[in-house]
Amino acid sequence: MNPIYASRRRNDIIIRGLCMGAALFGVTWLALILFTLFYNGLSGISLAVFTQDTPPPGSTEGGLRNAIIGSIIMTVIGVGIGAPLGLFAGTYLAEYGKHDKLTSVIRFINDILLSAPSIIIGLFIYGAIVVPMGGFSAFAGCLALAVIVIPVVVRTTEDMLGLVPNPLREAASALGLPRSLVIRRIAYRAARSGLITGVLLATARIAGETAPLLFTALSNQFFSLNLTKTMANLPVTINNFVQSPYAYWKELAWSGALLITLTVLALNIGARILGAERTSK
Amino acid sequence: MAVESDVMEAAGPYDRARALSAFKLGDITFYWITRLCAISVLLILGGIIISLIVGAWPAIREYGAAFLWTQRWAPSADPPVLGALGPIYGTLITSVIAMMIAIPVGLGIAVFLTEICPLWLRRPIGLAVELLAGIPSIIYGMWGFFVLGPFLANTFQPFMISVFDGVPVLGTIFGGPPSYLSLFNASLILAIMVLPFITSISVDVFKTVPPVLKEAAYGVGCTTWEVVRNVVIPYTRVGVIGGIMLALGRALGETMAVTFIIGNSFKIQSSIFAPGTTISAAIASEFAESDGLHQSGLILLGLLLFVLTFFVLAAARLMLLRLEKKAGN
Repeated sequence: MNPIYASRRRNDIIIRGLCMGAALFGVTWLALILFTLFYNGLSGISLAVFTQDTPPPGSTEGGLRNAIIGSIIMTVIGVGIGAPLGLFAGTYLAEYGKHDKLTSVIRFINDILLSAPSIIIGLFIYGAIVVPMGGFSAFAGCLALAVIVIPVVVRTTEDMLGLVPNPLREAASALGLPRSLVIRRIAYRAARSGLITGVLLATARIAGETAPLLFTALSNQFFSLNLTKTMANLPVTINNFVQSPYAYWKELAWSGALLITLTVLALNIGARILGAERTSK
Repeated sequence: MAVESDVMEAAGPYDRARALSAFKLGDITFYWITRLCAISVLLILGGIIISLIVGAWPAIREYGAAFLWTQRWAPSADPPVLGALGPIYGTLITSVIAMMIAIPVGLGIAVFLTEICPLWLRRPIGLAVELLAGIPSIIYGMWGFFVLGPFLANTFQPFMISVFDGVPVLGTIFGGPPSYLSLFNASLILAIMVLPFITSISVDVFKTVPPVLKEAAYGVGCTTWEVVRNVVIPYTRVGVIGGIMLALGRALGETMAVTFIIGNSFKIQSSIFAPGTTISAAIASEFAESDGLHQSGLILLGLLLFVLTFFVLAAARLMLLRLEKKAGN
């Protein structure tokens, strides 16, 4: 064979092999992490994890009840504050301000906030809420999470409303429906699964967030439903337990890590299935 | 019949006016609610900047610009001596190493997914890579702390140290002793974490290449590699760079994963197998127990990080916008 052909083919085969290797490399990490989580976390999962509170130092009895419930409460409130705000903001960008200067500025800033380090959000809430309020509180943690939710929801809402075909809006307007009803009754309904996808993704994003909670909600060894005091939550509890010298705490940390990861991955997959349904329609 | 129509006429205009004015009110209210929410995004950015500057002000006044190049970090000294050089060095070096690993691998996966992979395998592999992005960073940190760190310290690090022992420059960079907590371990974890960002954006921009271009290249006998190198990459260069910058922005600010495995040492050491710290790791591990000038110094570190990531992310977005415009035309 012509030597030039041979070397071109050889190069191609080498590069193909490297690309396959890269894909294998990426998938291997996911497999390794999931394997370790199941291997270390599954044995520790028992009813006690869900029914008992975090143990005091040295004790070998206890669970994660207060942390799980605290995490759920803060995630729900964070999404409850952030999602409507993001939804309305995204609505403005997609429906009212499509050709506005303000819109392009907001979109640009939003995209930056989307990837801003979450620890900065924690510092922001510490300065803006924790210091003036005079102490760490679960509510400050909720606000920090809400600030992370907003850009995610703004982005998906704008994208999803942009996919709604204009003739739908025009038909509704031609029937005499005012603008706000066109958006709420027609555009929102047409984009419903996409909007839910955005909220699910945002929930997945904050469910495992640790950095912004470190100095807002802190953590709490005991069960508490008081939003004005510190509240236990899974990520910070894991953070504290991993660095502790107690074997039982580490075991609990693995169980908590498995719970968080499964929740987050389930939310991600759910969002993707919902999103795929929409685009295939 | 007549009676009915009288009623209709009487009710008609009145209801119509009322309904119309209700519509109008509803319209205006909804418009302003959405507009205010949209503006609140700008207020959040403003709030972040103001609260960081206010918090950092005492440290800015005390240390001035020397903060940037002082290496000593002694918060418990009297008066406290704070310098950001260690964390800045750690942040940059871990991000650079992470990108050196993640860029070739991420692009490789993207090429694999768009050009080489059989169709039925595309979705599962794509999903696996995207799920890597979904795993919370504390899980990466924990995994790096318990699994990856010990593994690297027992296998990879001694190997590299013995290979480069005595070689100038490289011998220092890969100098011993091996360590569970090191800049290199943090970099590897960061690389795994930002991999999905590079891959998913590259896949997206690779898809914008018009099929005709690729078919023409294949038609004249190009191999897959030649098509990628001479058609796909030149066409999508700006977008790929945008994706890389986005990943860099993530790597610079990543906190929990790094905090666990970097070792929290403010001393700058020449070996990448030595412990170090990053801006975010320093804040995460010290902030809760800090006060006064120490706390202000940590907030100043946060401000530096925010400014740094802001510019990196802004550049990334501008590049991606440019590509979007190109695709739109």
